[in-house]
Amino acid sequence: MTATAPAAGRSVLRARPTREGALTPLSGLGLGVATTWFSLVVLIPLAAVVATSAGGGVSGFVDSVTSPQTRAAIVLTVGTALAVTALDVVMGTAIAWVLVRDRFRGRALLELLIDVPFALPTIVAGLVLLSLYGPDSPLGVDVANTRGAVFLAFAFVTLPFVVRTVQPVLEELDREVEEAAASLGASRLTTFRRVILPSLAPAIAAGAALSFARGVSEYGSLVLLSGNLPFRTEVTSVRILSSIENDNTAGAAAVATVLLMISLVVTVAIDVLQRRLVRRG
Amino acid sequence: MAEPRWFRLGLRAVVVVYLVLLVAWPLSLVAQRTFADGFDALLRVFEDPDVLHALRLTLVVAVVSVVLNTVFGVGISLLLVRHDFPGRRALNVLVDLPLAVSPIVVGLSLILVYGGRGGWFGPALESAGFQVIYATPGIVLATVFVALPLVVREVVPVLEEIGVEQERAAQTLGANAWQTFRRITLPSIRWAVLYGVVLSLARSLGEFGAVKVVSGNLLGETRTATLVVEEKYLNFDKGGAYATAFLLALIAVACIVVVTVLRPREGSDRA
Repeated sequence: MTATAPAAGRSVLRARPTREGALTPLSGLGLGVATTWFSLVVLIPLAAVVATSAGGGVSGFVDSVTSPQTRAAIVLTVGTALAVTALDVVMGTAIAWVLVRDRFRGRALLELLIDVPFALPTIVAGLVLLSLYGPDSPLGVDVANTRGAVFLAFAFVTLPFVVRTVQPVLEELDREVEEAAASLGASRLTTFRRVILPSLAPAIAAGAALSFARGVSEYGSLVLLSGNLPFRTEVTSVRILSSIENDNTAGAAAVATVLLMISLVVTVAIDVLQRRLVRRG
Repeated sequence: MAEPRWFRLGLRAVVVVYLVLLVAWPLSLVAQRTFADGFDALLRVFEDPDVLHALRLTLVVAVVSVVLNTVFGVGISLLLVRHDFPGRRALNVLVDLPLAVSPIVVGLSLILVYGGRGGWFGPALESAGFQVIYATPGIVLATVFVALPLVVREVVPVLEEIGVEQERAAQTLGANAWQTFRRITLPSIRWAVLYGVVLSLARSLGEFGAVKVVSGNLLGETRTATLVVEEKYLNFDKGGAYATAFLLALIAVACIVVVTVLRPREGSDRA
């Protein structure tokens, strides 16, 4: 990218050493304790999910994942998460733009609203949405127990991600480059497409990946809102929960493994995108 | 180059309407319904011993989880940023994984390892008299799992930005590792640690799905505040559900306000 002033400042900072280098005996001990704890809480349990799903053999795994009800749940979850991610890309970029470039009274309040879905307990989020879009809606819009409810819940819980990844990049973007493009005769659309969008793209992609991962794994906000109707509004997480409750652990683990693979791919993708983001500065 | 006025106002209107419809209005309706009969619903919640027990349990679990995640988070951030070791990059990615894992999968994974019936370690632990699943330790584990990356994600960028010059200087002057951490590193990362703690607290108080799977949801024993909201709503005690939800929402919003007020504007948190 163009060498903008803040980017140059940042690369000087990065040129400073941040590492001490090899492990000392003390930090080696710390690493041992930390990885043991991390393994006990996260890695071993997740490995147990994968191991249990493999326990039923390949055919058991395939049967669990491709049963019509499970397939319907996975299609609904992934499809809705993709649609909501597309909405987040557009609205999230627009919101970030307004927060960075526009000045008006009440902007600080908007800033606060963005983070609400992140901090609100998911079961409360479901209840909150039900109050405006449920049977007692003052708007007369009742999406409870429909697929619209799944879309709505995903849109609510994924709201912060694109906004919060795009906002800092937009803040550092040098307006002089835009002005230069304009003075060279570029239209606003061309400036946006050729100058602004390429700088924002990695941030938008990272935010979109976070949104998608969150949507695919959502559970709590749907409990009161979507009715969990098989083949209609049942998402993958609910499907796994009902397998657990029916003591079908292998089936639950098989579907959970599919979700885990999605989580893993998305987490690695975000890491790669963020590295690109740092390099661009 | 200022954007044309119509564009700025139009975009502002779209964004404001979107956020009001999606967040502000629904949120205010919950407050309205909680106070529909004055303070009665809220007071009734505080008179219900089961709800009080749930609130106490939630608070204890959240505090324990936040302490564990803060110690782990600061430690692992220092290791990831300041040291080279095999597998560093992989660990860096894996630490973020809990944010992307479904809460139900978190619950399932813990049952598969710590469940008393057929878990990998569960039966051994239970015969030693230590029950994890369907008891408080399981709720703590689930809460630690879901909030694990939050402190790390706040602290790592700050550590990267401050560099090691001051720490090296301190060591040259004869400071030991603990003194260097206490006097040099900790003061520079304290705000980042604090944001991480507040975010973790909000997340820990509000965890629902993972806790639902591992807790067994036993009334007066392992039922947490978020489980009370579900149970009350499904049992047609909407007043109680709204009041408990309002309390939890209030805490969540308070956490965000604290973070927003404390967080200095971009670039000024290096001091």
